[in-house]
Amino acid sequence: MRIAFRDALFAVRMAPLLSVLSVMTIGFSLFAFALFGLVAINIKRALERVEERVEIRAFVADGTPIEDILSAAQEIGRYGEVQSAKLVSQQQALERARRELGEFSDVFEEGVLPASIDVRMKPGSRDPRSVGAVASRVRTIAFVEDVRYGEEWITQLHRLRNIAGVTGIALGLAFAIVAVLIIGATIRMTVLARSKEISIMRLVGATDGFIRRPFLIEGFAKGIVGGMLALSLTWITAATLEHYLHFQALFFDDRLVGFGLAGGALIGFLGSAFAVGRHLRRI
Amino acid sequence: MIQFHNVSKEYPRSGLALSEATFRLRKGEFAFLTGPSGAGKSTILRLAYFEERPTLGEVRVSGVSSAAISRSEVARLRRKLGIVFQDFRLLDDRTAEANVAFALEVIGTKRDQIAPRVNRAMTQVGLASKMNAFPRELSGGEQQRVAIARALVNDPFVLIADEPTGNLDERATRSVFQLLRDINASGTAVLMATHDLELVRRADYRTIELDRGRIVFDSAETRPALGELT
Repeated sequence: MRIAFRDALFAVRMAPLLSVLSVMTIGFSLFAFALFGLVAINIKRALERVEERVEIRAFVADGTPIEDILSAAQEIGRYGEVQSAKLVSQQQALERARRELGEFSDVFEEGVLPASIDVRMKPGSRDPRSVGAVASRVRTIAFVEDVRYGEEWITQLHRLRNIAGVTGIALGLAFAIVAVLIIGATIRMTVLARSKEISIMRLVGATDGFIRRPFLIEGFAKGIVGGMLALSLTWITAATLEHYLHFQALFFDDRLVGFGLAGGALIGFLGSAFAVGRHLRRI
Repeated sequence: MIQFHNVSKEYPRSGLALSEATFRLRKGEFAFLTGPSGAGKSTILRLAYFEERPTLGEVRVSGVSSAAISRSEVARLRRKLGIVFQDFRLLDDRTAEANVAFALEVIGTKRDQIAPRVNRAMTQVGLASKMNAFPRELSGGEQQRVAIARALVNDPFVLIADEPTGNLDERATRSVFQLLRDINASGTAVLMATHDLELVRRADYRTIELDRGRIVFDSAETRPALGELT
């Protein structure tokens, strides 16, 4: 293993330009993928924020005893899809309407707005089907006069989310495949540059495993350095956009940063294994 | 030691390169493979170090058969063979010493054993004073000596040489050939492909002549006058 590390280091020292080129290729390929990932997680976060506003409002008939409404709210709160169900009294409804409508606040008079049970859905149950099912159940409560949840808006939002999800997966796959192909071609160049050394190794009795080892170490190290380069470039891009466009973008959390570095190392390692394996089979 | 039994080799594009070759190289023997270009000399050598497998027949080297040998067994067998080429095949970015040490390092020889064995091999080929020279700083003859040192450093039982003097001038040819004779005299068998009939005539060694993939003459079977060799 000592010799494998020494050979890997020797190869980098003897061909510094090729090594820098392959690290840059890995870095920029992963950078393109990371930028796409950054856009994807920000779109996902934005959609989640909009989804948090998905709400069912069940209007209650005037004169319904408060205990009955509270009891119904508790019952609804126990539904599997429901995150919370709370009572909004006539007074609270009025205050909310005045707060939300600002300059038209004097339009509303006391007792005009009905009391309601406001139901918030759990994440993952904010799709039209689940929301519609809960709304139908709530509608069966005797003193509930009307149930509203913006059916059309939720359907549109859900469709947008699906389109974003499918497009994201397709684009992500395309970016990943392109990155792997470019990185694989670069690593193949480093293997071909050392084909004479490989053929001599075989002539003097080196096993395939021994020949592979320095290439795998080199690929692994270049993958990590390329991954770090990609993350740095992505961070600089995000910071620059934040500075000039004045919006708070979400950056990768520690888990995703680790995943990115591990991904870079894995691509470097597997790319090398594939390139050198293919070369060994041909000679 | 090296045994060819009815060996034929056919390539998909260029066709039959060797046809029903049968011969045996004995322990400590020196044998020339001669014949015009394309006669099958290099094919025999490649088959002998298992770079190629026969299309028909069987090659046995040190008791290992071409019919059953695996890739890792080939690697282990090559540690007991010394292989030398016309174009030397040295690593240009390493010194002569490092080129010879390379053959020991890649088979996992212990660190403290490498330097003395490299010294011994370089002394044997007469290049102890050029250990730190890079190949580009050496003459053709010297580069071939480094390649021979690399082939010898693992104490092979046979040295397989494919036109080892093909790129050398007459003086370097004589000197490299003398080195091969010395190596043979110390007990290592030598199987050498060459075009150089003058060299073959001068030395009284076994000669296997090939023509269009067939062994047309083997002096071990009939011993003609040297003048009859073409």
